[in-house]
Amino acid sequence: MDDRSRLKKLNRWMPVIAVLLGFLLGALIMVVTGENPLILFKSMVRAVLGLNLDNIGTDKPVFSVRTLATLLVYAMPIIMTGLSVAFAFRTGLFNIGAEGQVLVGSMAAAVIGVLFDGPALLLLPATVLGGALAGAIWGFIAGYLKAKYNVHEVVVTIMLNYTARYLSNYVLKALPGSSSNETVRLHENALLQSKFLSEMTGRSQFHWGFIIVIISIIIFSYIINKTTFGYELKAVGYNPHAAEYAGMKVKRNAALSMAIAGAFSGLAGVLLVSGLFGKGRVLVSFENYGFDGIAVALIGGNTAIGSLFSGLLLAALKVAQPFMTAQKVPDAIAVIISASIIVFVAMKTGLVEMIMKVRRAK
Amino acid sequence: MDLLISIIQATLIYGTPIIIAGIGGLFSERSGVVNIALEGIMMIGGFTAATLVYFLEIVLPEPVDVFAPWIAIVGGSVAGLVISVLHAYLSINLRADQTISGTAINIFAGGFTVYMAGIIFHQQRTEAFSKGFLKAPIPLLHKIPLIGDIFFNNIYPTVYVAFVVVILAWFLLYKTAFGLRLRGTGENPHAIDSLGINVFKMRYFGVLTSGFLAGLAGGIMILTQNTQYTIIGIHGTGFIALAALIFGKWKPLGVLASGLFFAFAQILSSYADSLSLALKMPFLGQLPKELYDAIPYLLTIIALILFSGRSVGPKAAGEPYDKGKR
Repeated sequence: MDDRSRLKKLNRWMPVIAVLLGFLLGALIMVVTGENPLILFKSMVRAVLGLNLDNIGTDKPVFSVRTLATLLVYAMPIIMTGLSVAFAFRTGLFNIGAEGQVLVGSMAAAVIGVLFDGPALLLLPATVLGGALAGAIWGFIAGYLKAKYNVHEVVVTIMLNYTARYLSNYVLKALPGSSSNETVRLHENALLQSKFLSEMTGRSQFHWGFIIVIISIIIFSYIINKTTFGYELKAVGYNPHAAEYAGMKVKRNAALSMAIAGAFSGLAGVLLVSGLFGKGRVLVSFENYGFDGIAVALIGGNTAIGSLFSGLLLAALKVAQPFMTAQKVPDAIAVIISASIIVFVAMKTGLVEMIMKVRRAK
Repeated sequence: MDLLISIIQATLIYGTPIIIAGIGGLFSERSGVVNIALEGIMMIGGFTAATLVYFLEIVLPEPVDVFAPWIAIVGGSVAGLVISVLHAYLSINLRADQTISGTAINIFAGGFTVYMAGIIFHQQRTEAFSKGFLKAPIPLLHKIPLIGDIFFNNIYPTVYVAFVVVILAWFLLYKTAFGLRLRGTGENPHAIDSLGINVFKMRYFGVLTSGFLAGLAGGIMILTQNTQYTIIGIHGTGFIALAALIFGKWKPLGVLASGLFFAFAQILSSYADSLSLALKMPFLGQLPKELYDAIPYLLTIIALILFSGRSVGPKAAGEPYDKGKR
């Protein structure tokens, strides 16, 4: 094999290598701090496959469909923020503002679902689209400022994240019947929750939101791969000057791309409010759905299918957390592992160079 | 009058970590490396300082225990410096995306501090320390009318650290040859390289200094505004520091002024009621608390729009240095 095809192959496997290194580092930290890394391994198996290895040979059930459903519930919002960050990345923009877009999406869904009542056929689409629109507007602000004033989107979206939290806290508390930390439940017809799905999956919190996730993955792939607009977006991401020279509206595309990215994140907010919690919540700190999205997008190579799988992986880390806590391992090890994976993905170029050098030396 | 003094003192106390971390960000960005990891580094520094001060207060005997918080914040600074080596290595040597690297450190810091708290204290936060820094009058100086009341009485000594850091940064950047080179590295690294100066070394200095200062800021913040480290102990102050850096146009005195201003905006909500009475402006007390909290972030966005088109801020910040590229 020549160097170039070897490099290509290596690049394709880099996310997997980064994930393995991340877990290896996590296990190492556990060993150094006197914890048993086997607990991490068993908890991950239990989270991904629903198999509790400790129950083999006992009367307790080994397999749990509920654990698998929980994995999907946790994966849904971070797949959405992953799509959001990945979409912006394709245009050469860094959407660190998914966090804030999730919050305004949640806020809009809560406002619509609490204030209005009506047939599900009208109310549910209104709740879902309202959340998407709010996220899109929040993303558009950053994209527009980038296009019009050339203000860096990273700084603007960071500032918009905090603005979003304070805005949504204020609005949610002002809704009728709200306490100081949450709103009343949304009207039944604005909810994605379902008794049927829940009972099918061992009384889990599984909800209809998975359909939104599937449609979003299809829309993402379609826009990027099949439309002129998607082609232009990619072209701008590769080389903005060449794209501009070719007559593409680079600036308009930046604003639009951030709006679409924002819509994906806004939908993540809808999944949380209308699917998982059924009410709006006042937050004292971020819940990191947006930051998880950055990890999801990076590990998934900024593609839709990649985001699906890396979203499931990071969700498994979250599902594994209570299993580890139950065995007295501090569950923050999961956060350390996902941060380490990002570090290793960021080291990609350097790692590839290093591996190639070692190979050549042989 | 008492109200005014109290507001000024609260502004100084809350401004201290913003200013110190902001100056840290200034060193990094002036050398050409964007550092959005200030928040995460502050968390590491705050956790380290809170842990150290808890054990030092137990171990140290009566007269020397006044040094406990000082040793603790030095420890926090060193921890911040250590974690910033990762950011430096990723963004300088490996030419990784500086925003990704910074984000990774921010996430890592949240996980690492809580994990270590679990290992050391078997809970998700550090054990509460008994004293931390104490407000003490400065001998003689506190007797000066007005000025003594504001600056030398009933105030944490860490406030002076912020002013010292600003003055040192200003002197280093604008009055020494080294400072000129550091600023040049962030503007035009190729020109600096052609003068025979090592761009990598300059950038390492910038990033490690920012790590040290952000760690210091985190330690001071926890030891003056809190009784223990928790995951929300830093609550976005690192990002406010970033905002102060931009609002202050990447200049030390600008960071000082905007840091104080943002601190004032933060404390304003808790003084809104008494202020609206004192000034006979009832609307001040009726504005939502969240609006006051959002002021630093909104103003930064507005400032960025106003600055646009003019060259404010280091030109090469955010771009990895590649010798072969022109």
